Amino acid sequence: MSIDQKTVKYISKLARISINEKKAKNLAKDLTNIFKFIEKLNKLDTKNIEPLTSIAETKLHLREDNIKDGNIRDQILKNSPEKNKEYFVVPKVIE
Amino acid sequence: MSEIIKLTLNELVAGIKKKKFSSHEVTKDFVNRCIKSKKLNSFITDNFDNALKISKKFEIKSNQNKQLPGIPFAVKDLFCTKGIKTTAGSKILNNFIPTYESTVTQNIWNEGAILLGKLNCDEFAMGSSNETSFFGNVENPVGKKLVPGGSSGGSASALAANLTPATIGTDTGGSIRQPASFTGTVGLKPTYGRCSRWGIVAFASSLDQAGPMTKTVEDCALLLQAISGYDPNDSTSIDIRVDNFSSNLTEKVKGLTIGIPKEYRVENMPVEIDKLWKKGMDFLKDAGVIIKDISLPHTKYALPAYYIVAPAEASSNLARYDGVKYGHRSEGKNLIEMYENTRSEGFGDEVKRRILIGTYVLSSGYYDAYYLKAQKVRQLIKQDFDNSFNSVDAILTPSTPNSSFKMGEKKGDPVSMYLNDIFTVPVNLAGLPAISVPSGYDKKKLPLGLQLIGKPFDEQTILNLSLALQKRINFKRNVNNWWK
Repeated sequence: MSIDQKTVKYISKLARISINEKKAKNLAKDLTNIFKFIEKLNKLDTKNIEPLTSIAETKLHLREDNIKDGNIRDQILKNSPEKNKEYFVVPKVIE
Repeated sequence: MSEIIKLTLNELVAGIKKKKFSSHEVTKDFVNRCIKSKKLNSFITDNFDNALKISKKFEIKSNQNKQLPGIPFAVKDLFCTKGIKTTAGSKILNNFIPTYESTVTQNIWNEGAILLGKLNCDEFAMGSSNETSFFGNVENPVGKKLVPGGSSGGSASALAANLTPATIGTDTGGSIRQPASFTGTVGLKPTYGRCSRWGIVAFASSLDQAGPMTKTVEDCALLLQAISGYDPNDSTSIDIRVDNFSSNLTEKVKGLTIGIPKEYRVENMPVEIDKLWKKGMDFLKDAGVIIKDISLPHTKYALPAYYIVAPAEASSNLARYDGVKYGHRSEGKNLIEMYENTRSEGFGDEVKRRILIGTYVLSSGYYDAYYLKAQKVRQLIKQDFDNSFNSVDAILTPSTPNSSFKMGEKKGDPVSMYLNDIFTVPVNLAGLPAISVPSGYDKKKLPLGLQLIGKPFDEQTILNLSLALQKRINFKRNVNNWWK
């Protein structure tokens, strides 16, 4: 299978990564090679095989629903690129 | 007494406990060594001043029972450290200061160790040569312009250059074992669930596992002990007893059976690696081990399956980097454009490639053809190992299909870079423990490792076998300080 520039543009839109034409061209080449490699799997018949969905054979533990931390609003806000008092700021969403 | 920086972790612990030297003296020596070794670019963030301050106040009297008392200790910059910048080697986390500490690093500090700094790594642990880090390439102390392997390349480089007495890395497809092999050090990936993943910047959640990187097998046992254990904050960590790996460590491995999988004898494998593998078998035979040929028939499908599972999980995990709550932000006319520009400028090429692969295989209409198919292949790979472990106690293979290579050599060709992990990836897919032990040199005088793969939660057996190997191989690390 080959992945063309149009597909790269489409999936980069889904992934919310802006990509220019030149990058899209290179990525189309890289991804085509990678998918050629991945598609070796098509040679393998997996019709009656159960998918392995979890490697950890664990039973989930229950615990009391207690608050163990908190009151760190200022510390958390400190990491944000743009803030206004106790809010994160993003570009205008509603006109 | 030999130089402090050259001592093993166990020797340093014993020395501090017996007051041969103080934590402060040890820390001072490592800090000085680190400062003189900046050319290696092993560190992203240093904590030298703090470490010196803490070590000065460190009292051995009240800490005699700790496993790592007053030991200066650098960690991969994928572990969140409270109040100290944590970047995952990415521009997008360039200014991120965690408000919490990862469980594994907290376990290490609880045992008395002191944070020396945060070590360079491939961006979001995606890479096999440490060339994808936003903070630049890392040099392999073994030789100039050679890659230290990846993704825990800074960890391996710092350890091999005696900048930290031991370290921890993370391993999603070989990121501990491959750099260990490239630098002549010991690296162990524990069973999936043995250590908590809480506070580790996530790459592929069903594969990621933290593990020790050390100079010797004895150090590896000690450090594994310190980081293991169930954690209520990680529901995939397993509530199982952690044995005392150090006191149970023995080179008496007589009567154990080791499997040699024929599928690991890949095309174009250098003769030296094949020779080294045979040498490993001979040494184990000498220790009384029985060698048995086995077959892991689905081995060749492991890497293609990995390049579906890992990118798919990565694309989901990395969706959180949107420039809103933390990390890098680029401007945009509206919210969507801000996201797109942030992620375009914040992520490097390899990370983008993998996010796009993952997005594609999970996109509408393709799930069955890729992700579901890969999970079925994963089942077959796990069954291969399960079947083998009915008749063998562990499996011996080479750690890597080649030794360290020159920077830039494989950079333009993602698939050839991915092939580096051909021997390490199956273990992650099956959730098994595996260790790389330095075992010799190739004709370019570059180190090579052998890998021992164990049954789930049977790290002890592979540690014991590694000790038997270590004693017979008598590997000498070759650090000539070329960077000074």
